[in-house]
Amino acid sequence: MTKRRTWTYFLPYGLWLALFVIAPVALIVYQSFFDLGHHFTFSNYSTYFQSATYLKMTANSVWYAFLITLFTGLISYPTAYFIHQLKHRQFWLLLVILPTWINILLKAYAFIGIFSQAGLANQFLTFIGIGPQQILFTNASFIFVATYIQIPFMILPIYNALDDLNPAFVNASRDLGASNWQTFRHVIFPLTLPGVKAGVQAVFIPSLSLFMLTRLIGGNKVITLGTAIEEHFLTTMNWGMGSTIGVVLIIAMIIVMLLTGDQKSKGGTPR
Amino acid sequence: MKRLISLIISLLAICGLLAFSSHQLQASSGSTGSKVLNLYNWGDYIDPHLLTKFQQETGYHVNVETFDSNEAMYTKINQGGTHYDLAIPSEYMVAKMKRAHLLQPLDHHRLTGLHNYDQQFLHQSFDPHNRYSLPYFWGTLGIIYNDKFIQPGTIRHWNDLWSVKYRDKIMLIDSARDIMGMALVSQGQSMNTTNPTTLRAAEQKLTRLAPNVKATVADEIKMYMTQNEAPLAVDWSGEAAEMLANNSHLHYVVPSEGSNLWIDNLVIPKTAQHYNAIYAFLNFMSEPQNAAQNAEYVGYATPNRAAKALLPAADRHDQQFYPPAATLRRLEVYRDLSPAKVELYNDLYLEFKMHH
Repeated sequence: MTKRRTWTYFLPYGLWLALFVIAPVALIVYQSFFDLGHHFTFSNYSTYFQSATYLKMTANSVWYAFLITLFTGLISYPTAYFIHQLKHRQFWLLLVILPTWINILLKAYAFIGIFSQAGLANQFLTFIGIGPQQILFTNASFIFVATYIQIPFMILPIYNALDDLNPAFVNASRDLGASNWQTFRHVIFPLTLPGVKAGVQAVFIPSLSLFMLTRLIGGNKVITLGTAIEEHFLTTMNWGMGSTIGVVLIIAMIIVMLLTGDQKSKGGTPR
Repeated sequence: MKRLISLIISLLAICGLLAFSSHQLQASSGSTGSKVLNLYNWGDYIDPHLLTKFQQETGYHVNVETFDSNEAMYTKINQGGTHYDLAIPSEYMVAKMKRAHLLQPLDHHRLTGLHNYDQQFLHQSFDPHNRYSLPYFWGTLGIIYNDKFIQPGTIRHWNDLWSVKYRDKIMLIDSARDIMGMALVSQGQSMNTTNPTTLRAAEQKLTRLAPNVKATVADEIKMYMTQNEAPLAVDWSGEAAEMLANNSHLHYVVPSEGSNLWIDNLVIPKTAQHYNAIYAFLNFMSEPQNAAQNAEYVGYATPNRAAKALLPAADRHDQQFYPPAATLRRLEVYRDLSPAKVELYNDLYLEFKMHH
């Protein structure tokens, strides 16, 4: 009786998983084994791993995703830390979340306005005597905008981890004579690491396949795997190759999950 | 929480009410039953006044639905479940739809305006006897320059873009076929070449253009050029017309050594149902008066010779959008290439983009 009821409760989740998680992934993997003529083949994979273009593009994607994650982390950790110290935390947190309510395309267009030749950034540079610079379509502007967009997704998990941290540990550390830096280095940071890892997962993986920003802000001077997928699905209609790149991204995602995953599950608990 | 839920419910209720009443309104205005025509068109690609005029003259109400790419239109018609009577694909897509058996042949006996069209735009390779398509608008691929930064007359040929003067100054339209085609023409080759060696050479030539390329973007080019963001761009004439209308410093050049000629066409998809309305509309749009009015509204070049004669002299003699006969002869229409060749073009183009 109870067993059957548990089963019924599980059914909607099971259906959801099967329809919207397992089926799409299976379809992508299936598609990746077909060439343009709909014949079964492994050639998509051999093309991918033999093509200097795709390999370079993969390296590019990973490199940019790494940089974006790094900068996001460098900004987000201190921000989350200070917000946590503040009085009206919920209010400040709301301000951090607010930009995520706005569509990413609108944000990109806003940055076009700010970074363009006659934009605010260049007006300021002219005002302080440097003169207008080319800001749009540079790697720096691409990383800047991508970082800006990803920041809330990194701040939230770190903030939650800080919130979960028992203040007794911090107090104990101070009582035992640790300096502020020592407390942070040996107590606070290790205990909030799960939050950082969750943030890295939330930022790194979407950053691997950004394609709209690469065009709008990067002017296609930054080419990531997302650009190639878009082209294969929309222009050449070679869904096989597009899916192959998708599979590579999924595998990259699994690797990142494993690297940043919970170490305890590997049997590392000594107690 | 309770307040939030009631807020969401009331929002949903208002939306539902609005949707229902707009549906009722549409049903009452379109209740003429079979006296309708379902037109599947690009956005803002027909003068709305013409639709009203058409309804007054013939009694057929035109429902317009829009698409934003040939591929999206193809997928939607191919999937079925739609009732489009007319669609407006570009030339290569006409060939593709024809091969996929998605088109109905035109009954030439029921067409009254065929003689109005310029022979230049009929009997093209994608539809040799116009069995399936009627030209709607046409245009070219060319160079837009801003006379604030570029001396008028210095840009005449594709090869001018490769000059070291224009380092980091050019915006390209993000389209494999067009950019590869531009490199091919600059080397005296056909834009429809399928020879891998020739294509590889074109890709290498493009790589030499990379230092001059400021960005490879899509629709945003219009905005950037209007705001003087870049002095040079490679784009289609239709886009150029819009830029020129918004910034008087911009000019459009079709290189005399050749370029692409694109033609958008009216076709009858397999999903068509209202044949009387279809032929009434095709004949209506072929009338010089109406075609001219449409061309003035949309700003593209009309393939209707009689209509062109009715346009204001300034438009008619504008060599930017109606290039001289010598140039016109050198323009090439894209052939519908095999998927493998399309892939080759795109792979080489992707390599070029990687070299930025």
